[in-house]
Amino acid sequence: MIYREAGQFKTSYRQDSAIFPILQDRIAIIFYLFVAFIVIPLFGSDFFLNSMMIPFLIFALAAIGLNVLTGYTGQISLGTGAFMGVGAYSCYKLTTFFPETNIVLLILLSGFFAAGIGMIFGLPSLRIKGFYLVVTTLAAQFFLEWAFIRVGWLYNYNDSGAIEVPQREAFGLIVTGPAATPSVRYLMVLSIVVLVTWVVSNLIHGRIGRSWMMIRDMDIAAELIGVRPLHAKLSAFAVSSYVAGVAGAMMVFFWLGAAEVESFDVNHSFLILFMVIIGGLGSLVGSFLGAAFIWMLPIVIRAVPRVLGLDINAATVEHLNFMILGALIIFFLIIEPHGLARLWSVVKQKLRVWPFPY
Amino acid sequence: MELLYNIFVDPFAQMVSTPDFLLQVLWEGFVTGTLYALIALGYVLIFKASGVFNFAQGIMVVFAALSLVGFYEAGVPAWLALLLALGIMAVLAVGTERLVLRHMVNQEEIILFMATIGLSYFLIGSGELIFGGETKSMITEELGLPTGSTVLDVAGGIVILQHIDIAAAVIAALMVAALAFFFSKTRIGRALRAVADDHQAALSVGISLNQIWAVVWFAAGIVALATGIMWGARSDVSFALQIVALKALPVLILGGFTSIPGAIIGGLIIGMGEKLFEVYWGGLMGGGVEGWFAYVIALIFLLFRPQGLFGEKIIERI
Amino acid sequence: MSATAAVRPHVTEDGRELGEVLMDLRNITLRFGGVTAIKDVSFNIQQGEIRAIIGPNGAGKTSMLNVINGFYHPQEGSITFRGETRSRMRPHDAARQGISRTFQNVALFQGMTTLDNIMAGRALKMRRNFLWQMLRYGPALEEEIEHRRKVEEVIDFLEIEHIRKTPVGRLPYGLQKRVELGRALAAEPALLLLDEPMAGMNVEEKEDMSRFILDVNEQLGTTIALIEHDMGVVMDLADRVVVLDYGRKIADGKPDEVQSDQAVIDAYLGVPH
Ligand SMILES: Nc1ncnc2c1ncn2[C@@H]1O[C@H](COP(=O)(O)OP(=O)(O)O)[C@@H](O)[C@H]1O
Ligand SMILES: [Mg+2]
Repeated sequence: MIYREAGQFKTSYRQDSAIFPILQDRIAIIFYLFVAFIVIPLFGSDFFLNSMMIPFLIFALAAIGLNVLTGYTGQISLGTGAFMGVGAYSCYKLTTFFPETNIVLLILLSGFFAAGIGMIFGLPSLRIKGFYLVVTTLAAQFFLEWAFIRVGWLYNYNDSGAIEVPQREAFGLIVTGPAATPSVRYLMVLSIVVLVTWVVSNLIHGRIGRSWMMIRDMDIAAELIGVRPLHAKLSAFAVSSYVAGVAGAMMVFFWLGAAEVESFDVNHSFLILFMVIIGGLGSLVGSFLGAAFIWMLPIVIRAVPRVLGLDINAATVEHLNFMILGALIIFFLIIEPHGLARLWSVVKQKLRVWPFPY
Repeated sequence: MELLYNIFVDPFAQMVSTPDFLLQVLWEGFVTGTLYALIALGYVLIFKASGVFNFAQGIMVVFAALSLVGFYEAGVPAWLALLLALGIMAVLAVGTERLVLRHMVNQEEIILFMATIGLSYFLIGSGELIFGGETKSMITEELGLPTGSTVLDVAGGIVILQHIDIAAAVIAALMVAALAFFFSKTRIGRALRAVADDHQAALSVGISLNQIWAVVWFAAGIVALATGIMWGARSDVSFALQIVALKALPVLILGGFTSIPGAIIGGLIIGMGEKLFEVYWGGLMGGGVEGWFAYVIALIFLLFRPQGLFGEKIIERI
Repeated sequence: MSATAAVRPHVTEDGRELGEVLMDLRNITLRFGGVTAIKDVSFNIQQGEIRAIIGPNGAGKTSMLNVINGFYHPQEGSITFRGETRSRMRPHDAARQGISRTFQNVALFQGMTTLDNIMAGRALKMRRNFLWQMLRYGPALEEEIEHRRKVEEVIDFLEIEHIRKTPVGRLPYGLQKRVELGRALAAEPALLLLDEPMAGMNVEEKEDMSRFILDVNEQLGTTIALIEHDMGVVMDLADRVVVLDYGRKIADGKPDEVQSDQAVIDAYLGVPH
């Protein structure tokens, strides 16, 4: 029996209220962290770090942001891409104004700008629900996209219209710019993702997270019980956009190196939404699984013809990618609307009683 | 002060001093609005009958247009290509019902909505795979649609009317009339309305939901094809249109999700409003405001009238 | 079972209630467009009693509870709760002042566990700020655990330990109703509103529920206003009954008085429901 709950008596509510009440889960987390912090940077190739791990982590974080809003609070949003953009452009402006300040701090600060904008566009959610909210978040998306192009101040009036990441040092290492090594950038991203995920997880498991879920499951009852929809919804918008903003800032500073409005367009909003759906609405683990799936799948699909020795041109592979992605989303919604996270917990449930199925 | 002048006085002064230009702008807005309205109409049809908010409607427009041009380019005569494109939309409708909707009957609407986003991706991928990813131009003349233009002398100046635009407006009007007829006079149309009003009631009089859904999706497919042709004739056929098609959403917010007249009026308001705003006020903000104007209007509108132009205020129950 | 009523301290033998008036509703009129759901209804609820509201379907009972806890705003009339008269209040203010309730159609948070649902009932009592919540440490954790202890008391009381970690969406209807009662109790209300707490239950479940309601009233001293269709249950539980029909009050008094009232028999007891 590698995974069992029986026999681990929780002697206090403190233990039972812990986020990972089961010993094996705690061991697993430590193991994952060990692999992520030690094994991968030591043995991962630059390609693996740069093209797989870094974007995977960044998208996972963005997915966590959207999951707070959509999965936990039930407010669907198609503005994630733009909120990521707000984080990125704010961070860019902050580095311009405070070139000496630690870049990690600036990245964490830039999320607050995204949170502020997110709350403004979250205001209509107090009066409307469902599809209607799709429209207001699209308003945020398109308005912000426009601002990223038309407000030259945001990109320091560069001729290219792009924000370019300057070289910055932190903790005695070069962490941004072309001279920063993939493993340093990877470790930066990983640390921030772990930190932010931990904080979000704390929120979700406490009073605030419960108020989000109450709004999601039955907003009228939540209000009658005493939850203020204003507080619950706006805090969800704020946290969600904060997380998306940090992800966006990292996307530019630790991964792309330079970005224009295309990096924050509505297609990215969709992409993140898919990660959340496939991973599982209302699941942090699901956000990671969904991001891994959606980010890795195209890489795999692109590799398949090469491995099989087929000569399929790149455009065709892209089209196939789209088709498979679309079909998979439908498939998942039909088979398991709760996403990979639910499948994962079913597997764990099986392991829990393994090898004795009764 | 000057800013205030530029916002509140100057645009109106311009409108008055060059009324012919104003008319031209309004006409352009009117035609764009018709096309928004047609896309919104597709949404309304499906939403009314099945409660599904079909995000893929905009993609269906492109898909339909692409198949039409694709068949023609493959050497099929235009009239046959048109029929074949209709056939494709029928297959799509039946396929969607069989493979997607049927398996999701009792799901929440939001899940269904997301499934249609999946459908959009599938359609984009397969459309580009089959017909190629490059931009195509619509076979306007081959279909017998007019291409010239007429110059009118009005208000001391001229207004240029593209014939294709006039055709678009006329076809849109015919389309709406046909739908209205279909819903009120035909057996299946009345059945559709029954489904919209009450699923249980519809089931109890022996109407098959599956059939109805397929029919409605096909009807939306026809609307999509018509929209695709008109849109393609004015610009190009490519999936870039999907971004424009999203504007049907604010249109629906204004007009309501279940009202056909609402979709039309909403479409026209948005189409004309954004043209006016772009031409007379856009310059103050650096231009390009057409991209978000519709959404922001919808957003502001929602704050004051969440139930839409024609909806009734509902007091929630528990 | 009327013996139970007799031993209550606040009701004397001759039926004169001694409890203070906890809530007083005066001349309440509520309209929805053309429909008048409640028409000029006045009654009061006294400290410590079980007050039943009965009447045929559509009589306006649920609307009455909705008025009491601020979900609907009556066009006319006044509401006095604990000596404070109000014309309009938001539902969360009502919750804050100690009014909590259950719903005719279970309104639980379907995606959350039993435990979280009942914890939700304590939403108003938890106030550690955002920063502590982010760290889930120190005061925030202490608070969480302290409330968890209270919630476990409710869980014990209602005998639902075994479903503590089950998402309520997967529970049978009868248990959901019980969890919903638990959620309302967790708020430690001064006034508990129950909208058809036994609808759709089998006999055994009804007996359990009746016992819980009586226990809440007697052991915790909670004042209860309840809507119920089953006259037997009403006779057993209620201290006083108000009868509504087409939005009007047609009778008000002790259960046996009401039961023999001709207007009630005509309007309600004679009508199958
Ligand atoms: N939110 C609402 N909107 C419109 N009419 C309502 C609403 N709530 C209740 N009503 C009407 O008020 C009347 C009383 O309803 P209700 O209070 O639910 O009755 P009961 O609970 O006694 O069965 C009914 O005619 C009902 O249709
Ligand atoms: Mg009722």
